Amino acid sequence: MGQFIYLTFDGLSRGLVYAAFALALVLIWRAARIVNFAQGAMAVAAVYVAWSVTNATGSYWLGFVVALLTGLVLGVVVERVVMRFVDHSSPLNGVVVALGLVLVLQGTLGIVYGNEYQPVRTPFSRDAFEVGGVALLSRYDLFVFAAVGAVVVALTMLFTRTNVGLRMRAAAFAPDVSRLLGVSVGGMLTLGWALAAAVGSLAGMLVVPTELGVHPTAMDVVFVSAFTAAVVGGLDSPIGAVVGGLVVGLLLSYISGYVDVTVAPMAVLALLVVVLLGRPGGLFSSSKARVA
Amino acid sequence: MKRTATTALAVMLLATAGCSSGGGGGGTAGADVPGVTGTEVVVGTHMPLTGPAAAGYSKIAPATKAYFDFVNKNGGVHGRKITYKVKDDGYNPANTQTVVRELVLQDKVFAILNGLGTPTHTGVLDFLKTNRVPDLFVASGSRSWNQPDKYPGTFGFNPDYTVEGKILGTYVKENLAGKKACFLGQDDDFGRDSLVGIEKILGTVAAKESYVTSNPNVGPQMGALKAAGCEVVLLATVPGFTALSIGTAAKIAFKPQFVVSNVGADPTTVAKTLGAAAPLMEGLVAANYLPLNTDEANPWIQLFKKVNAEHNGGAEFDNNVVYGMSVGYLFVQALQAAGKDVTRDKIIEAVQKNGFQGPGLVPLRFSAQDHSGYAGQQLTKVESGKAVYFGTPYTTDDNDGPVAPYQGQAVTPPANGVPAA
Amino acid sequence: MTDVRTRNAEPVTGIAGPARKWRVHPVAVIAAGAVLVVALTYVLPPFRNYQLATVGAYLCVTAGLTVLTGLNGQLSLGHGALMATGAYTLALTQNKFLNLPLSFAVAVLGTTVVGGVIGLAAARLRGPYLAGLTLAVATVVPSVTNTFDETFNSDQGLSVALDPPPETVPMEQWQAWLCWGAALIVVLLLALLVRGRFGRDLRAVRDDETAARLAGVDVARTQVLAFVVSAACAGVAGALFAVLAQSVSPGAFPLTLSLFLLMAIVIGGLGSLFGALWGALLLVLLPTLSQSVGESTGSQRLEGNLALVVFGVVLVVVMLAAPGGLASIRLRKRRSG
Repeated sequence: MGQFIYLTFDGLSRGLVYAAFALALVLIWRAARIVNFAQGAMAVAAVYVAWSVTNATGSYWLGFVVALLTGLVLGVVVERVVMRFVDHSSPLNGVVVALGLVLVLQGTLGIVYGNEYQPVRTPFSRDAFEVGGVALLSRYDLFVFAAVGAVVVALTMLFTRTNVGLRMRAAAFAPDVSRLLGVSVGGMLTLGWALAAAVGSLAGMLVVPTELGVHPTAMDVVFVSAFTAAVVGGLDSPIGAVVGGLVVGLLLSYISGYVDVTVAPMAVLALLVVVLLGRPGGLFSSSKARVA
Repeated sequence: MKRTATTALAVMLLATAGCSSGGGGGGTAGADVPGVTGTEVVVGTHMPLTGPAAAGYSKIAPATKAYFDFVNKNGGVHGRKITYKVKDDGYNPANTQTVVRELVLQDKVFAILNGLGTPTHTGVLDFLKTNRVPDLFVASGSRSWNQPDKYPGTFGFNPDYTVEGKILGTYVKENLAGKKACFLGQDDDFGRDSLVGIEKILGTVAAKESYVTSNPNVGPQMGALKAAGCEVVLLATVPGFTALSIGTAAKIAFKPQFVVSNVGADPTTVAKTLGAAAPLMEGLVAANYLPLNTDEANPWIQLFKKVNAEHNGGAEFDNNVVYGMSVGYLFVQALQAAGKDVTRDKIIEAVQKNGFQGPGLVPLRFSAQDHSGYAGQQLTKVESGKAVYFGTPYTTDDNDGPVAPYQGQAVTPPANGVPAA
Repeated sequence: MTDVRTRNAEPVTGIAGPARKWRVHPVAVIAAGAVLVVALTYVLPPFRNYQLATVGAYLCVTAGLTVLTGLNGQLSLGHGALMATGAYTLALTQNKFLNLPLSFAVAVLGTTVVGGVIGLAAARLRGPYLAGLTLAVATVVPSVTNTFDETFNSDQGLSVALDPPPETVPMEQWQAWLCWGAALIVVLLLALLVRGRFGRDLRAVRDDETAARLAGVDVARTQVLAFVVSAACAGVAGALFAVLAQSVSPGAFPLTLSLFLLMAIVIGGLGSLFGALWGALLLVLLPTLSQSVGESTGSQRLEGNLALVVFGVVLVVVMLAAPGGLASIRLRKRRSG
């Protein structure tokens, strides 16, 4: 029982990070119909900048804020300088450009920072509280829960309660009509990218300290899990991203703990097959099928 | 449309022709020994310089190269300078195939030296054998390198993982008797061979877990070991995963005695990954077979530090640098022993003749029947953030031979730092 | 070929519509290609012959992938895993029977079956959902080899027993012949296949599923068949790589391989078999070229990383400047000139 509780919390805290990262993917998918394969590399770039700032100033929080800002700026730059000029006649073009960006970012980070893992500080202790000999979760896990929770709430408010959110949704789903109604569709697109990149950077800041440290390829594995999570949940659904993230996180944790860590990717594949054969558009797909 | 195909192929021809004329500088003038001229010996290697596996390992080849530069400055070997061509394979066996062929077929290297990694290097064994290229001092502890009948030109360097497992197991048996011993290992030949050695001494361990490098979360495994009540955990892990395991264990208030393979025990690398949690390494037991980077009094370390400052741009001096320079030293010894009229057969003969005395704490095992590298290890313990040796070195084999203390005396480097012929 | 119309309607793939493209009969083109390749193998030094062989092996998989993705509109990020299937099947069969033609046949058959299974699932999925599923397939390779390590020997992989080539032929030349022999057969079969009814069905399904269905095309069947054909090609490529390397291991078929294959066919020109050739060439030449650029600078940090940056920049620039891929650049030039 102790093992089960431990694995559940371990899975939840990682699942939340996948959820945040999947949310970032969903944001861009909804805005631009592009699966942003460069999300991981962009997040790593933000974490590296934060690492430099924290090392120079000694303040974790200054680095944290800078990481989010870097994410925003990177999102704007990537959209304005590159993605805007991609020919969208084939959905593949966006994917390939994003993959190209991954190479550029990873190579550049490798040149600037080298190919060693650099440890990243956590703002809170990672020692878990114990209840009756069972390690539950640490202060840092609580921080992760709070941060991802805040993002989910903030995004929900943004999209459902604010004017900007309404415009963003309108621009994404009916760009021509929105333009006629005076919505700056291009601006909304840029805003979507910026927000998504910032959320991705947050996920990077949360997950990197719990792994091997920051490295140009540090987010590759997270990207694969998060993309899986987004697909399981349905790429159009923010709620789907969160649920998908948690499901994938828990599944990985249980399989690694009870079966064998090598089986985990097969379990993820099985999950995808089962979900997608039942619902080809993910768990939370809207009833009307969208052809990408 | 035939033109398209023709154009494509013509471009290919041009591109390849352009490259081949550019790469022809390997030089085979004089005697027809590939890679050897009157003034130069060209050797090559494959290493991960990029990608996740590059961490730590990417420092080895530059250190070897720095030692060669040092030797070259002192007149080289038999009047020849050593040129070291380092190719990045990103730890991907498919890339290794290409870069090793490039080194052998195009750059015409004399030998492949210290190619790194078991899965990567396994794939080129047959190619190197077919082309009769000496394949010296492979950087991995797999037992595959020791197959003199099948691969007569391939030699190991590291003590193999089973030898190491037996020595670590012996430590546990003698000093931590009666404690529940468990195992966490990489899910490949490293972990498996290591476990074989450990279980030869300790019998079946109480619990065993594995990890894969593509999943940097060992939470579930450490949870399972804690639940099994382990008091000693033997790790066959790479440095990043040593740090993850120790950090994760501490996180869940699991405090066993860690006994770690040399592969993943470099305190500098592990401490870096642990960051603020580095004090957790205190008391960690591991093993090594080369002088330790922090042992300032050791004459080998003094020599290597000097070389590092002069020829390696003062790179951070960790055990990877010590390793790289030790490989360089051994290769220079072999080249000296092969004589002025060196050929590929002669250097293989010279390595098999052995008798090399260098920085290693234990002898090299090389002979006509045995192509494995160092014969054993000595245990280390982390004290105030530094690894220090304790006890005596042990030697053993990868079979049922005893784990025996080694009594030989350590040697000091020659005054000019270059081994004599 | 009214290029205004085709370019407006489908700027990327319309240019490369193979039915119109092969004005000379494919057999003639392939025969000319064969002569050229054989001639090349006598001219080139051994390492270049090896690279030539690698291009041939890549051509098998890129040609199959471009038919699937370009002509049928199905996106696969899992072709690296299919190559691994072919490679491992060849290794296992070859080590047991030491009969290369038999091993090839079994490898292609095995990959076809696996491809059929994935294709059945894929036929229900669209766009990014298909990408997600195939991505998961790509990441499952090391997991399978580690879990069933008695058969696949985990990360270390298997070595492949091979009879030496005929005495008179140098190894690398023999490899080039083998790979290009297979590649030209694959390309010829694909070219003949997409010329006919099957090719028309493929494009019809890609362009508009409903219309295709109304016209009497069995959409699901066409999609599964496309996946099977493309998987068989990947199986050939995987088997060739196993022979080239005399070994197979999961590290040689990482996720990045699948992504690079996709990039190669898009840069080459999606849906075009000539584009697949360009892509295969790029896969071999670009890393080598950019690595030598990195090496000449002499900095350790630059060495491998500069290659990444160069490859990435080339990708982005080509995609922004010529989204139809290299095949379209050439075509446009000729038209304007």
